Amino acid sequence: MSTSAIALMIFALVTLWGGLILSIVHLHNHPDEPE
Amino acid sequence: MAQQQVAKKREVWSGRSVFIMAAIGSAVGLGNIWRFPYIAYENGGGAFLIPYLVALLTAGLPLLFVDYAIGHKFRGSPPLAFRRLSRGAEFLGWWQVLVCFVIGVYYAVIIAWAARYTFFSLSEAWGDDAEGFFLETFLQVDGDSSFGMSFVPGVAWPLLAVWILTLGVLALGVQRGIGNANRFFVPLLVLLFGALVVRSLTLEGATIGLDAFFTPNWSALTDTSVWIAAYAQIFFSLSVAFGIMITYSSYLKRKTNLTGSGLVVGFSNSSFEVLAGIGVFSALGFMAQAQGVGVDEVVAGGIGLAFIAFPTIVSEMPGGPIFGVLFFGSLVFAGFTSLISIIQVAVSAFEDKTGLGRVPAVLTIGGVSAIVSLLLFPTTTGLNTLDVVDRFANQFGIVGVAFVALIVIAWILRRLPDLRDHLNSVSSFKVGRGWLVFTGGVTPVVLGYMLFSEIRDRLSEGYGGLPDDLVLVFGWGVQAVVIVAAVALSFVPWRKSIDLGYDAGGEIPTSDVTVSAGTTDPDSTTTGGTK
Repeated sequence: MSTSAIALMIFALVTLWGGLILSIVHLHNHPDEPE
Repeated sequence: MAQQQVAKKREVWSGRSVFIMAAIGSAVGLGNIWRFPYIAYENGGGAFLIPYLVALLTAGLPLLFVDYAIGHKFRGSPPLAFRRLSRGAEFLGWWQVLVCFVIGVYYAVIIAWAARYTFFSLSEAWGDDAEGFFLETFLQVDGDSSFGMSFVPGVAWPLLAVWILTLGVLALGVQRGIGNANRFFVPLLVLLFGALVVRSLTLEGATIGLDAFFTPNWSALTDTSVWIAAYAQIFFSLSVAFGIMITYSSYLKRKTNLTGSGLVVGFSNSSFEVLAGIGVFSALGFMAQAQGVGVDEVVAGGIGLAFIAFPTIVSEMPGGPIFGVLFFGSLVFAGFTSLISIIQVAVSAFEDKTGLGRVPAVLTIGGVSAIVSLLLFPTTTGLNTLDVVDRFANQFGIVGVAFVALIVIAWILRRLPDLRDHLNSVSSFKVGRGWLVFTGGVTPVVLGYMLFSEIRDRLSEGYGGLPDDLVLVFGWGVQAVVIVAAVALSFVPWRKSIDLGYDAGGEIPTSDVTVSAGTTDPDSTTTGGTK
């Protein structure tokens, strides 16, 4: 794989999977109030 | 509340995790696996990720929040939620319901194909001619007629099974049926597809495919059509703006973190898409290498990728049958959880409007969907019919209703600030001016451009070289009937017991209230029983 392809693959994984991890952590830290 | 005698409570998810799982199951569908990789490759490769990410942040997530806000604030199926938003907006909900109905009847067919192919994989039933097998042996395509009723039992029976399973899940209800099905099938999908990606990455030639997929063509970023493709991919992939997310969020408890949940759903969907791109292009790289050609000569998307390219890959690789089962099994599970959500939109609207219970509503609406599906698509002319209906349902149906709904909500009714306030009142991730600009400005402009350029192209070019009568009836005709029927349905009276003024988040506009129920407590609001 070319360097640019590897860089873009890492960019995709970091932004999207990283975004997923951050959003899960964010949600976990904000539990719903009981009804 | 004391006046309510038999207040049948609206169904609710047991918790937000079930809702998130169901929303992911709905969003992750066939398009994630067979559309995203091809679209990304065709529109700049690795460089496409930039407009894609921009589209996710400026259109996908903001639109998801709009749907969540409408469904949760007005706690109803799309027609009821829009009716509660404003009296004149009910037709938008019916438009969404009918678009879902149209999509559901053909979407089930593809799941039936994939289910058959899961078993075909075991024996590599297509031999050395995957295309001939798919078109001639399996679908028995009749190239001479534009429309006929000559049935293909090999498609009809699995299609019937898909409908029975789907309606069975829906009949069990929101939590027991939809919730549990998603809690089972979504992790199973991730497991199966994860195994497929691992296997793909270990194939000889995988890096050639990945290189083709991720190598950036930066000049694509100056091309408007690439940006439109990115917005379209995000838009179609996330299941936004055609009623599904309104319906699902209407079953949430009153105090639920809407935007926090939406971020998880949106990023899960996109994470799965990138995973699909890696898996699909690794496999295509293997195929290109095995055939001694470039990746550009084997690349495909949609039905061609799934039912022609992948069977060819299965035949060429060691351990092909297992790989085929993983791939087609993934398609079945991804499609099934999406189909459930699509049909639930129509079922919930019918329940709300008529007051029928869940099971009769499922049998009526689901039964009609199944019959239409079984009559039109498992035939020798079904492939072309499906192609036309799919194109128009997406490009006119979904894009059209999304565009009109956003214009109505943002510019005619000017209710975006209300929806923002509702989101912020229950959510941890606050939305502000940026969200208003994206949903009221950026997204309608992009959707409007998509809609009008599609109308222009279809009028001047027809569609895909298919017969004009087929395009006229199943393309333009179906979409015209959908709009007319949506308006007509908005004039059908609601059952007497419904609270048309319900609003979870504050004051009810007096002009919207026609039947005052004297309560805004969701747990005592009747949406399926009598007062």
